[in-house]
Amino acid sequence: MTGLIWAGSIAALAPLVLIVGYILVNGIGQLTPSFLTHPPAPPGVRGGGVGNGVVGSLLLVAIAVTLGVPIGIGAGLYLAERRPSRLAAITRMLADVMSGLPSIVIGLFAWELVVRPTGHFSAWAGGVALALIVLPIVARATEEMVRLVPETITEAALALGFSRWRTAWQVVLRTALPGVTTAVLLALARVAGETAPLLFTAFGNPFWSVDPARPIAALPLQIYAYALSPYDEWRAQAWTGALVLLVLVAGIGFATRWVTRSRARLLAAVTPRVGRHEEPL
Amino acid sequence: MRGPDSVAPGRRSLGDRFYRPVTAACAAAIPLVLTMLAVYLLHGAWPVLSTHAGQLLTGSVWDVPRGQFGALPVIGGTLLSSLLALVLATPLALSVAILSAELAPRAVREPLTFLVNLLAAIPSVVYGLWGIYVLLPFLRRTVMPGLMLLPGSLFRGPAYGPSLLAATLLLAAMILPFIAGVSRDVLLAVPRAQREAALALGATRWEMIRDAVLPAARPGLFGGIMLGLGRALGETMAVTMVIGNRHALPSSLLDPTYTMASLLANEFAEASSATHLAALLAVATVLLALTLLVNVIARWLVARVERGASMPGRWA
Amino acid sequence: MRRTVLVGAVLLSGVLLANCNRGGDGSGEARTSAPVVNGVRVDLTGAGATFPYPLYARWFNEYAQQTNVRINYQSIGSGGGIRQVVARTVDFGATDVPMSDEELVSANVKVLHIPTVIGAVALTYNLPGLKHPLRLSGEVIADIFLGRVTRWNDPRIAALNDDLALPAADILVVHRADGSGTSYIFSDYLASVSPAWASGPGRGKEVRWPVGIGGKGNEGVAGQVKQMIGALGYLEVVYARQNRLPVVHVRNREGRFISPMPFEIASAATAVLDSVNARATGGTDADLRLSIVNAPGAQSYPIASFTWMLLAPDAIGRAKTEQLVAFLRWALLESGDIASTLGYVPLPSDAAARIVERLERVTNVPASSR
Repeated sequence: MTGLIWAGSIAALAPLVLIVGYILVNGIGQLTPSFLTHPPAPPGVRGGGVGNGVVGSLLLVAIAVTLGVPIGIGAGLYLAERRPSRLAAITRMLADVMSGLPSIVIGLFAWELVVRPTGHFSAWAGGVALALIVLPIVARATEEMVRLVPETITEAALALGFSRWRTAWQVVLRTALPGVTTAVLLALARVAGETAPLLFTAFGNPFWSVDPARPIAALPLQIYAYALSPYDEWRAQAWTGALVLLVLVAGIGFATRWVTRSRARLLAAVTPRVGRHEEPL
Repeated sequence: MRGPDSVAPGRRSLGDRFYRPVTAACAAAIPLVLTMLAVYLLHGAWPVLSTHAGQLLTGSVWDVPRGQFGALPVIGGTLLSSLLALVLATPLALSVAILSAELAPRAVREPLTFLVNLLAAIPSVVYGLWGIYVLLPFLRRTVMPGLMLLPGSLFRGPAYGPSLLAATLLLAAMILPFIAGVSRDVLLAVPRAQREAALALGATRWEMIRDAVLPAARPGLFGGIMLGLGRALGETMAVTMVIGNRHALPSSLLDPTYTMASLLANEFAEASSATHLAALLAVATVLLALTLLVNVIARWLVARVERGASMPGRWA
Repeated sequence: MRRTVLVGAVLLSGVLLANCNRGGDGSGEARTSAPVVNGVRVDLTGAGATFPYPLYARWFNEYAQQTNVRINYQSIGSGGGIRQVVARTVDFGATDVPMSDEELVSANVKVLHIPTVIGAVALTYNLPGLKHPLRLSGEVIADIFLGRVTRWNDPRIAALNDDLALPAADILVVHRADGSGTSYIFSDYLASVSPAWASGPGRGKEVRWPVGIGGKGNEGVAGQVKQMIGALGYLEVVYARQNRLPVVHVRNREGRFISPMPFEIASAATAVLDSVNARATGGTDADLRLSIVNAPGAQSYPIASFTWMLLAPDAIGRAKTEQLVAFLRWALLESGDIASTLGYVPLPSDAAARIVERLERVTNVPASSR
């Protein structure tokens, strides 16, 4: 059985090696500092890069995380409560339904929600679209993680006079932190690479702009437009853009993981497993 | 056990009184948004749903200039590709999760986790490009001719390349890290006491996993699998690039077919006529309803299994 | 004292911010002397067709360096462009497929179609070892895409290519799966040469293809054709030319086999525009939603089309209209050979002059307003 599990895992990682290898081979050639700092150049003009796309994508993801993660965690905490409620049952199911909506539908909805009323495309609209993707993923994963925090810990904290907020924030969520982080990262990785919901919301921008009320550049939009173009130089840049996107997402993921990991380790060192008996850090 | 609410009710502060309402409001945001979305979809789709709902669900002709909108092939293609991908990905994802949470030497666990997360970080459009330039030629030249030698109609040609098989393989690769990531964390969160008890009773490492860890983790694992299924049903860009986009139900794994999400991705940007737009929104509505239905069925199945499993077991 | 310092700081930071914004858009490239329009930068947005996207990107980039008008154009698809113009979320749209009368009526605002450049559809194939380019007629192409001609050595294909050794292999048809102006132009052509096509699949951005498999985008079609021996597909001529794909010589109305080269594509536009001008009398507004497939003229390549910008002057107001008209004058008359170096076919210069003159008259923007 153990052998089977090893074999399955190796098979699972095969596409990773193939895809990352392919991106590296195709993308590394054009990866220069100027590519990372310049806005796109039109075809027939040398140079150009993804500088504004990187900044735009970071801003969009930041908006999405700011809007989607707190609500998602709040919803997850509610779903994980032991007291069965109808709202929880419905929400749980609908969160799964929502995570199965094609991203283009989310984009159209965000268009209706933000772009049409305001009369123009904007980073806000793109951020809202991405937040709608983040929300159910974070909610469901938070629920699963919090559920696995032993109830004795929660009860011990409450019995010691911790408020419910502090119990949730400093005891339950901290214990569930690595798992919640994974969920946030998965959600982040997914939205950082989304193209379809941004087409009708964030819109893209060939110029520098960090104004959230205006159309903003995004790396996946640029990759998409370049990959579809007839010009070799643009298609080569699409692969390099994909490489940058991958490094960006992996980098953010790695950093976040490192931070939460070291915190969790610190916590584990200070706190006995059953619960905490004194002021948390 | 009662809920935490029953503990020390007299000591709740003002903020505490808002704990449940605030988290409930967060939770309520999900049904609220989805209801708004459903209203928006239904409203947009109404011109087609009110008059052609039957044709939409049972028709297999999608002819835009003639105003005929039958979505049966895309509904079938969506279900087939997603479920096959789930069947393929789940055992592999669970292998990775078990390996990185339980079995592997410590030195291997961390890199393994990192690699799986990296797999999750690859954007959909990159999967699609890789699918076109690497997977499809490989399938057409190497895999499909071999499969076509097998008896039965499951692998009947011709070997185009873009096919249900290609979409299934790519989807499996894409949802695998989702399932693996959540499953791994679920396994890690199973209390250590449970494992120690099993080991103390003389179980081997694998028996401990099978009999003590997996049962406790089952609801969480199911959650991870549902997230994977959700992603598979809604996955757009990569599938569009490798499934062949043919409005027909596949009769073999090598046939090109279509999914609802791909149809939306292909036609939404260019659609300008009112009826066509309404038909596309109707497809989105069907997809929403279908996802709901799949969820209900899956939950019902799991509930049945859980009831069965809650009988006195080996460790009870 | 404190207050003065505070006000000074606020002012200073305001200036710094303004400078940041200004410094950012130049992005390191030396900005040539920029005539400032009314002292402020003008930002416009437009959306629509993917076919002219690379050209528009280049045009807007050059224009932003010469003036202070920054135009953000994104390729969200022709239908998307039309919808955004009607919803008034963009300042202009772009499309490869003219809006139908029905769409124009329901738009609730007057929308002008301004041709900007000429596009064409090329047929590409994968038949190794041919001595000459393949030659096909419209009827045969239609019957191949209808599934009536299925083998490369069909007598009807052989009759057009008597000097080529055609294999006894199936024709593997590849078409666009996504809605596309390219599909519209191609199906418009097939419908105009084949009654069976007109009464069958018909014309549209997406049609019910009787045979073949669908590729996503030009590169999807090109990828399929390149990988399958015996394949035949259609794609944008810029894509075919930039990627040096073999192209079919298509028989035009005069019976000549024409390859999709710039002169032959422009000929189709000239022929149609001339016939329209012959009909339209001075004052009336000629509708520029013209189809130029299967155009007359001995040199005309038969699968060609305009691509249009959509302008709704009443929706965007006077100032933006003036900006866009000024841009179009520059793009159509003064932008030099940008279009042709990118593989696009510019409008014939006299036609471009007539179009700009007409646009300035309709929008009541004098040529000197820039």
